[in-house]
Amino acid sequence: MIPDLGKYASDVLSAYVIALLLLGGLVVISLRQSAKARKILEDAERKTRK
Amino acid sequence: MSIWEYANPVKFMALSGRVLPFATLLSASLLLTGLVWGFFFTADDYKQGSTVKIIFLHVPAALMAINIWLMMLVASLVWLVRRHHVSALAARAAAPIGITMTLIALFTGAIWGKPMWGTYWAWDPRLTSFMILFVFYLGYLALWQAVEDDDTAADLTSILCMVGSVFALLSRYAVNLWNQGLHQGATLTATKESPIDGSYYYPLLICIVGFITLFITLVLLRTRMHIRLRRSRAVLAREATR
Repeated sequence: MIPDLGKYASDVLSAYVIALLLLGGLVVISLRQSAKARKILEDAERKTRK
Repeated sequence: MSIWEYANPVKFMALSGRVLPFATLLSASLLLTGLVWGFFFTADDYKQGSTVKIIFLHVPAALMAINIWLMMLVASLVWLVRRHHVSALAARAAAPIGITMTLIALFTGAIWGKPMWGTYWAWDPRLTSFMILFVFYLGYLALWQAVEDDDTAADLTSILCMVGSVFALLSRYAVNLWNQGLHQGATLTATKESPIDGSYYYPLLICIVGFITLFITLVLLRTRMHIRLRRSRAVLAREATR
């Protein structure tokens, strides 16, 4: 499945793993923070309606 | 209809809410296509071997790291001149994405540099200006966190952004300005014919467009988040004064 990367396999694979982890982390954190912000606003608006 | 209408948070939320699903789908498909094509279906370079595959991450990330700062500069100038909150919040929303892109460019560059240059790091003009840009990104975010009043924070970070733009531009043109160091010149230019073969060029182009659409997706998502947080602070403050 993985192409033959020869003597540079560890370099190429580590570059991809680090980059994809950083990108994935950014996406996950952004989604979680976004969901949290939505909940905070809903709670605040609910509080003021009471 | 004027573009400034979208500086209204309500209109921005409505439009971005409609755009987000398409942007998400487009960025995911472009990134998947570009990276799978680049990693699995490109041949090794005769000089660089398989390390050439790092180009599909390194070049788009470096390009974004510089251009995100320039987008933040434009948004900051809009804030300073027209006082539109959405533009200040968009600049703030872009910063963590810029930090991530800078980190990816630095890490992948270091990993690529070791087998090609014999070292992970050198105090080369482009590498050094990139490192300074990274520090500016950190300082920018720290300043937003440190100042409690949103408008004051937006003013101060806008000024910091203008100062940091010097390094963003230096990162872009360092190789041309100082004819020294290990880093090569630009791989892709708008004016000259590309120095790389078509078998690398097209997947690279797809990856670049994928990174741009990912940025658009994330900056919309994060700007919406900051608008909601700002609105909730305003709602609670109004409630407290009742």
